[in-house]
Amino acid sequence: MNIIVCIKQTFDTEAKITLENGVVKEDGVQFILNPYDEYAVEEALKIREEQGGEVTVVTIGPVRVEEAIRTALALGADEAIHIEEEAAFGDEYTIAEVLASAIKQKPFDLILAGNQAVDDGSGQVAVRLAQLLNIPHISTITKLEISGANVVAQRDAEGDIEIVEATLPVLVTAQQGLNEPRYPSLIGIRKASKKPITKLTLGDLLLSSDAISSKATILEVNLPAAKGAGRVLEGDTATRVAELVRELRQTSKVL
Amino acid sequence: MKRKVLVVADLRADQVRNVSYEALGGAKTLSGGGEVAGLVLGHEISSVASSLGAYGADRVFVIDHPELAQYVPDAYVAAVEQAMKVFEPQVVLFAHSAIGRDVAPALAAKHKAGQVSDVIHVELVDEDVIFTRPIYAGKAFAKVKVAGDMIFATIRPNNLSMPEQANAVAEVVSISYEVPTKMRTKVREVLKKASSGVDLSEAKVIVSGGRGVKSAEGFKPIYGLAEVLDAAVGASRGACDAGYCDYSMQIGQTGKVVTPDLYIACGISGAIQHLAGMSNSKVIVAINKDPEAPVFKVADYGIVGDLFEVVPALTEEAKKILV
Repeated sequence: MNIIVCIKQTFDTEAKITLENGVVKEDGVQFILNPYDEYAVEEALKIREEQGGEVTVVTIGPVRVEEAIRTALALGADEAIHIEEEAAFGDEYTIAEVLASAIKQKPFDLILAGNQAVDDGSGQVAVRLAQLLNIPHISTITKLEISGANVVAQRDAEGDIEIVEATLPVLVTAQQGLNEPRYPSLIGIRKASKKPITKLTLGDLLLSSDAISSKATILEVNLPAAKGAGRVLEGDTATRVAELVRELRQTSKVL
Repeated sequence: MKRKVLVVADLRADQVRNVSYEALGGAKTLSGGGEVAGLVLGHEISSVASSLGAYGADRVFVIDHPELAQYVPDAYVAAVEQAMKVFEPQVVLFAHSAIGRDVAPALAAKHKAGQVSDVIHVELVDEDVIFTRPIYAGKAFAKVKVAGDMIFATIRPNNLSMPEQANAVAEVVSISYEVPTKMRTKVREVLKKASSGVDLSEAKVIVSGGRGVKSAEGFKPIYGLAEVLDAAVGASRGACDAGYCDYSMQIGQTGKVVTPDLYIACGISGAIQHLAGMSNSKVIVAINKDPEAPVFKVADYGIVGDLFEVVPALTEEAKKILV
């Protein structure tokens, strides 16, 4: 089974966001493999362990994303594809077009991705990618079973669970709860440095930067208005809950 | 420049969700005096069409077919495409919901178009369509402009203001559905979960539990308060990781981002990744034993105390005015 996992390097979820000249500042921020992509990588590894095959991770981003690639390789992925050209760092339209071109060059049976990234959180790229590759997709899955070419997945649909069937090749996006991602082992980390990372340019993908330029442009980024300190209520429990209910009803008008 | 804007209604239990009415208000803004249409998809759902007219749709398209009774990407993508052929919109708005999140990007890719997801504000500046959306789960906000003559967006519930309901009657146009030749995915079964009846993403009030609830059993008082307040129940990552509750309840940078009118955090310390998911709520109440807990920094009202004492007392107090 040829498995492809689309990954993204993101800010650590504990990172504080600050702006410099109107853009989000990267200095001093710790980068991680997008948590939803960790589930995708884990699921790919589990399937390979059961059924054999190869796991290739694909990503787009500047040099720093190699750290996320090495993490995926240390976890057990076999090889990686990295598109490092700046013209490829666009919006969801751009990213999906570039990923589709890169993935088309390889044989694949299954594509996995996180259902969204914790930075942009738009959840578009994987679904767009399935469309461009003309394969079906199942989003936000919490369980995946593959036997032969038959796929059965459980999809989280706002709390309800849909049991969805499809036939390979298929693209699925990982939701929390799909599995328990493993930690990289020492031996895995050592092996990772020897695994191949293929660097592709837009030229390799026969893409012109004009054809893939972003449709959506960020005009400005703002931080939420700082919140004034709230009130800690005093007194015994009965007094405090009575005051709270009164405040919520009369001052805040939310009850 | 006038634009035609299509709002694809999001249905839950065959009822139009409020977010779709909110999207109609946004559509009116973006149309610049052009036409706003609603689209209702499903089976035996024609009766809900008129409500879209009352909230501002000039026309309502209905595609009623057994194949649309259950959401399947191929079926819904084809249906929206067919309605787009009839109406020829320049902007298509969806709810940022299980269905909207799934259909919109597929259509955007097909049309080689831009899409903005999880929109909390829309405006027309000069002739440009501008959306505001949270990034980093609400730690920051981006204003985004989309180029091209086809624009897709998904709208987050509870953020665009609800248009006033008018006595307007929209023309209802039924479109006969051409069933796609192949449905590549099939839903075999839907398992309904017996969690709180109120949907987290659209709830006006949310009561949330953290590690402080100590067990699955410990969520009982949280549910008790939620019932009185007609609230949805959420959880922190800590509570989910500890196995006290289902991941579908998780609020935070991983999990759901929510913006209710009232958020009550019980036994939640307030890790930055949780705060990202709820700190844009209108009013925040924190109940925690630890006076130093970071959650108090974002709370409008704080009660330092044991949630197992405070929450039941609060429930009783709320009952006095609400039940």
